Amino acid sequence: MIEFRNVSKIFKSKTRTVEALKNINLTIEKGDIFGVIGFSGAGKSTLLRMVNLLEKPTSGQIFVDGQDLSKLSEKDLRQAKKNIGMIFQHFNLLRSKTVFDNVAMPLKLRKTPKSVIEERVNELLHFVGLSDKANSYPNQLSGGQKQRVGIARALATNPSILLCDEPTSALDPQTTTSILQLLKRVNQEYNVTILIITHEMEVIKQICNRVAVMQNGEIIEEGTILDIFSKPKTETARNFVRSVLKDEIPQSIFNILQSNGKFSKIYNMEFIGESSGKPVLSQVAKSFAVDVNILFGSINELQGVPFGNLIVELQGEEAEIARAYDFIVQQNVLVNEVVRNGS
Amino acid sequence: MEVSVELILQACWETLYMVSVSLVFGSLIGLPLGILLVVTRKGHILENTLIFSVLNPIVNILRSIPFIILLVAIIPFTRLIVGTAIGTTAAIVPIVLHIGPYMSRLIENSLLEVDKGIIESAQAMGATPLQIIFRFLLPEALPSIVLSITTATIGLIGVTAMAGAVGGGGLGDLAITYGYQRFSTITIVVTVVILVLLVQGVQSLGNLIERKIRRM
Repeated sequence: MIEFRNVSKIFKSKTRTVEALKNINLTIEKGDIFGVIGFSGAGKSTLLRMVNLLEKPTSGQIFVDGQDLSKLSEKDLRQAKKNIGMIFQHFNLLRSKTVFDNVAMPLKLRKTPKSVIEERVNELLHFVGLSDKANSYPNQLSGGQKQRVGIARALATNPSILLCDEPTSALDPQTTTSILQLLKRVNQEYNVTILIITHEMEVIKQICNRVAVMQNGEIIEEGTILDIFSKPKTETARNFVRSVLKDEIPQSIFNILQSNGKFSKIYNMEFIGESSGKPVLSQVAKSFAVDVNILFGSINELQGVPFGNLIVELQGEEAEIARAYDFIVQQNVLVNEVVRNGS
Repeated sequence: MEVSVELILQACWETLYMVSVSLVFGSLIGLPLGILLVVTRKGHILENTLIFSVLNPIVNILRSIPFIILLVAIIPFTRLIVGTAIGTTAAIVPIVLHIGPYMSRLIENSLLEVDKGIIESAQAMGATPLQIIFRFLLPEALPSIVLSITTATIGLIGVTAMAGAVGGGGLGDLAITYGYQRFSTITIVVTVVILVLLVQGVQSLGNLIERKIRRM
């Protein structure tokens, strides 16, 4: 468990003072894959580095498994870091060492017996699927393979927490997915709590169960991934959600709809969980004197819960459309009227 | 009077002697000094304003004195260290004093080339400052350090030519005393050819070692 209590960080230089973090309160429960999303400069990288004290808070406290790390001596802090693995955007592997020696490094620093190191490293290389690359050098690997080595290295000392600093930002979309799947396995098979910072909503969507949105050093929104995706409260969160769930109707389609002259309204419908399975629209078309025109549809899975999104046009008499609307609301479907530009 | 083969061989030996002994002692000074200049600077793993702000100007001062002046200026110090101010061994003292700070700057630059992310990952693993230096910084900078030492060695060969001013001998001394002062063109040509071959050899060796250890 990681807990931030009233954490602030101020960077001072001769010319200016930057408040990187403003009074952060955040709890990451054991077993979470917790995502922090924000644009660059939002403070998420500083937030992450506070957990293993690569950055020290100006005020406030951070507890890792109930322990305030800033109270520890240098020696005890080094010992505590055994419990916190970290991976990086640019991998930060030693170019002068083989894959095996890179993964073995955290153990060598702790003077672990050779036989133990060999067994552990081979196990981890097998886990990340790089057993055949043990004697290669990082320069001979692809980006995805380098991050796999980074993950194996971070797990060497059996940590209960893994900090991920933009782990997929230097990778292509396909490699991103495979690395995220690997992180999910780390979470499930090794029981590791994961804190991941990113500017890609796709990363959050694929593996996180909770998410915090950061802006200007503050957490402006926090909740389960379903909360944020279905009911984003802030404009920033809405924009991030939109970046992966595209629900915008192009202007050209509006123009076509407007030109046919019939009375109609456009609704955005969100189906979560059970309601995704119901044939709501077909019932609407049968029970009311309206025509249903589907403009856009998508379905995603968030944390194993289906999450559907439809934009439909209902054509007919105004009163009949209102009755259809009421019916849809009763089916546990989230409906919002889409306001047309200029009408 | 023409120069003899024995004289040339003797001069070669003196040059190699001065270069290799100075290189060993110069590295013994330059390497730790270079490491200190990196790790005690602001924001680094052993930030120490006092040490840095003392060492940094000392290195600058030693580096700004022209070698020929350093050579004569420290004669009393040389006498204290090796018991004499004249001869090949006596020449090594000012050479070391000249090349040590020079090497420290080269090593410093090599170490600064190491990606900051490497240090960050080491700190995240819980490495001690000494472990960061010996297990992360130095191995990562090694190819670059080899090239730095190669450059320093070539600089040394040039510096030893001036050692003649204190009777240090060597190829440079031979070229001046026989070639220039006694108008022996052949001596100039022979010494220059030997020096060119020596520099080429050192550079090729340095490049070879660097390529062997840089896994690219």
